[in-house]
Amino acid sequence: MSANLSAIFYLISGVLFILALRGLSSPETSRQGNFFGILGMTIAITVTFLSVGSFSSGLIYVLIFLLIGGLIGAFIAYKIPMTAMPELVAGFHSLVGLSAVFVAISAFLNPEAFNLGLPGSIKLASLVEMSIGAAVGAITFSGSIIAFLKLQGIMSGSPITFRGQHLLNALLLISIIVLTYLLCSTQSSNFFWILLAVSFLIGFLLIIPIGGADMPVVISMLNSYSGWAAAGIGFTLENSALIITGALVGSSGAILSYIMCKGMNRSFFNVILGGFGATEQSASLGDKEYRPVKSGNAEDAAFLMKNASSVIIVPGYGMAVAQAQHALREMVDTLKKNDIKVTYAIHPVAGRMPGHMNVLLAEANVPYDEVFELEEINNDFANADVAFVIGANDVTNPAAKSDPQSPIYGMPVLDVEKCKSVLFVKRSLSSGYAGIDNDLFYKENTLMLFADAKKMTEDITKNL
Amino acid sequence: MEIDPFIFRLSIFILSIFIGYYVVWSVTPSLHTPLMSVTNAISSVIIVGAIIAGLAGNSDSVFTISNILGFIAISLAAVNIFGGFLVTQRMLQMYKKKKKDK
Repeated sequence: MSANLSAIFYLISGVLFILALRGLSSPETSRQGNFFGILGMTIAITVTFLSVGSFSSGLIYVLIFLLIGGLIGAFIAYKIPMTAMPELVAGFHSLVGLSAVFVAISAFLNPEAFNLGLPGSIKLASLVEMSIGAAVGAITFSGSIIAFLKLQGIMSGSPITFRGQHLLNALLLISIIVLTYLLCSTQSSNFFWILLAVSFLIGFLLIIPIGGADMPVVISMLNSYSGWAAAGIGFTLENSALIITGALVGSSGAILSYIMCKGMNRSFFNVILGGFGATEQSASLGDKEYRPVKSGNAEDAAFLMKNASSVIIVPGYGMAVAQAQHALREMVDTLKKNDIKVTYAIHPVAGRMPGHMNVLLAEANVPYDEVFELEEINNDFANADVAFVIGANDVTNPAAKSDPQSPIYGMPVLDVEKCKSVLFVKRSLSSGYAGIDNDLFYKENTLMLFADAKKMTEDITKNL
Repeated sequence: MEIDPFIFRLSIFILSIFIGYYVVWSVTPSLHTPLMSVTNAISSVIIVGAIIAGLAGNSDSVFTISNILGFIAISLAAVNIFGGFLVTQRMLQMYKKKKKDK
């Protein structure tokens, strides 16, 4: 196949990838979008095989490895529980990063196969592109591994900080530029290996200071990085499908990070520099007085909801941990039978990744037109009878609106306190990840339900 | 003077960033998780580089380091492609509208 023809096919698959993302603008068109994505990928892979033309005996190995990877991927995709989606996505990002690194190394060792010149005298532009692709790929890989370990609970979710951390990171970043320059001017492979090692280190150092609840930002950011890595390799290989895809994925991840940061009213740098939640709680802990809370059981909660005419459900990460989405849906079904209007309110940063709660509710067969975003539903709380907060905390804290001293001041929150009564399903009175007390617990119209989210919802259903 | 082909690729890159920007803003927030898994899958189009690396060289030397790295990269990217698209498919199947006869 001629180079021009295959370039056109790569362009077609790039366009199909754009359509794949476009399809996600609504759930109806999303499945078609996914099909476009698969089609684009099939075209890209087929064209690559055809354009290489003369098959060496390596072909059989290429197919075997493709098959092995495909089977593993398909197996994971069918087996993975929906609650583990953040870990899965983080794990997948690391694979993109690592394969970018391997392709870059391969191109560096055998530049002839990629038309980049001879070993030891690789074209200058290709070397720069290769270095960028390899460095970003390596950062994506080690960063995603840390994110994966934190999400999986293998590594503590609390931020790890030490003195001089930011200085060290800055120095390492500068050293990447220096190493790229040295690599280009000397063509010495040593600099390439050091560059890779430093990049792996940066990815690691960049993610360890970031706490568990900031994961939505981290995952989106790594998503973005995996795109830039692909684009860097795309420039090296002069492949438009890779360049288009890399740019799409890169900007997609960047937008998601932006949305997540806005959902927490924090700047991107504030999140990246990390350590949030580990900071000393000076005033609020010192004069912590005992304040009475009203706590109730499943019967009280069932009584309140039975007499309501509208209920708004506010799910959070706790629901995912307790796997309570199915029990919740059963409770809602029972409520609906009693002609009670039920809707769901989702905060942008609820859960551990963008859209985490929506997927869990969808898994439990909750129709997506009953699920609303913060801006859509926030005015409805004033007219609702009961707010049922399950596994969420900081995203409902009124201190974000009223207390300028609060670390979460200015963060958009759900106006749960405007409801006639609030039901809070929680294991204990402990504060959320931001380490701050929630005034809502002590309000007159709040009833705390101290129990495991799943068990409590099941008990309420029995009492309805 | 002839324009360097690099400039054309850079143009594609920059324009794609803008396309990505506008397309992704139109994605509904409830589909942000599928968005991440599908972008994950399509960024594994990096497999084209891995295939070129895997097929490089002559028949006598299938197992140079460069080839082997290509093979591993093929597997890694394939995990992502199949896993990414299938898990997206699985998620999207679950997004259903309210049944009318209720």
